Amino acid sequence: MIMERKKITVAVSGLNNIDSPGPGIPVIRALKESSQFDVRIIGLSYDNLEPGLYMHELVDKSYSIPLPSSGTSSLMERLTYIHTMENLDVIIPNFDAELHSFIKLAPTLKSEKGIETFLPTQEQFESRHKSVLYDFGLKNEVKVPFSKMIFSAQEINALKNEFTYPLVIKGKFYDASIAATPEQAMNYFYKISAKWGLPIIVQEFVSGNEVNVTALGDGKGNCIGAVPMRKLYITDKGKAWAGISLADENLIEITNRVISNSKWKGGCELEFIKSKDGEYYLLEMNPRFPAWVYLAVGCGQNHPESLVKMALGEEVKPFETYEIGKLFIRYSFDQIVDLKNFEKISTLGEL
Amino acid sequence: MKINKNIAISETGFIFNPSNGDSFSTNPVGMEIISLLKDGKTKEEIILELTQKFQIDASTMEKDLGDFFLMLQNFQLLNE
Repeated sequence: MIMERKKITVAVSGLNNIDSPGPGIPVIRALKESSQFDVRIIGLSYDNLEPGLYMHELVDKSYSIPLPSSGTSSLMERLTYIHTMENLDVIIPNFDAELHSFIKLAPTLKSEKGIETFLPTQEQFESRHKSVLYDFGLKNEVKVPFSKMIFSAQEINALKNEFTYPLVIKGKFYDASIAATPEQAMNYFYKISAKWGLPIIVQEFVSGNEVNVTALGDGKGNCIGAVPMRKLYITDKGKAWAGISLADENLIEITNRVISNSKWKGGCELEFIKSKDGEYYLLEMNPRFPAWVYLAVGCGQNHPESLVKMALGEEVKPFETYEIGKLFIRYSFDQIVDLKNFEKISTLGEL
Repeated sequence: MKINKNIAISETGFIFNPSNGDSFSTNPVGMEIISLLKDGKTKEEIILELTQKFQIDASTMEKDLGDFFLMLQNFQLLNE
């Protein structure tokens, strides 16, 4: 029996398919492969050089949107215009920095425009911030390396009372460096705070293998899907250029526990360190799909498709299996773009 | 000595550890040793079997096998 796929329009951001890629293009690939939906993709971009803008086989139409710093009213205005043109069914925002605005706008988007989202609540979003991750771990029964926030370089000398070196100096949003001495810690404090501001997070260093999980929660305590991955090739920006899916029941169990306890709604990425004695420590929880989410599709779990189903109010059963030992290997690709197209997005804000 | 139960070995000598994603290649002798370990053979039984099959004395075999086991342990493929 041939089932006709339902036509829907989904707007997706994170089209920056660069060396530190956004999740937009992998999410779009997943949606284009949906067995249930025939998806028209509307790209939402912040920069005219985001490669996804020019990937017309994946992105049907694109629009520039204002940066999060412009505030939610200008974003709402722009989304209203885009909706008038495209009649959006669902929006999947993929940047950490824009999530706050979309979470805030979600009720209005639904009630006034009929646009669905599937995002964590503001409380859930705040609860996994790096600065409060230690408390998140206590609350959700997952080990997190001990950490504390510091607001000035003078506090570094006193760290020896609570930490042993090496320790990790982390930015509020991005960047992390391992400091072997207080001098190095001081150095990284200035370097990272100049880029990302204060506070700086000081975290206990745990040595071991990094393993990550891409997962999806239904907001009611069910983990709809989870695929663990180990990075096989890491770029100088610390991003996975290749990775492999793992068989790790403990990791799946921990992921289920975190999603269940926190009643996480939406996609997420859990970053763990597996210590030499086999203990798992949660290093970060990213509040959206990772850029390697397409590996989950390759392993038999189409998380973006399931997210769209839930956003549209359909019931989704949790995935029970995935293929182990599947690899993803990224590649770079030079697109040739007509100046006309670049001109169009630059001047009209649409392509 | 026990080979980790999840370890997958192909006919070409490609070894994959699904719990940490590590992969290795081994030669036909290595494949045979791993296959004997999978069958639950002890170190002594493996030495006996291999010395009968190959032209090698038991003490050299024991030393080589010890080195190989150490390597398997370092790669987290073998449990004590």
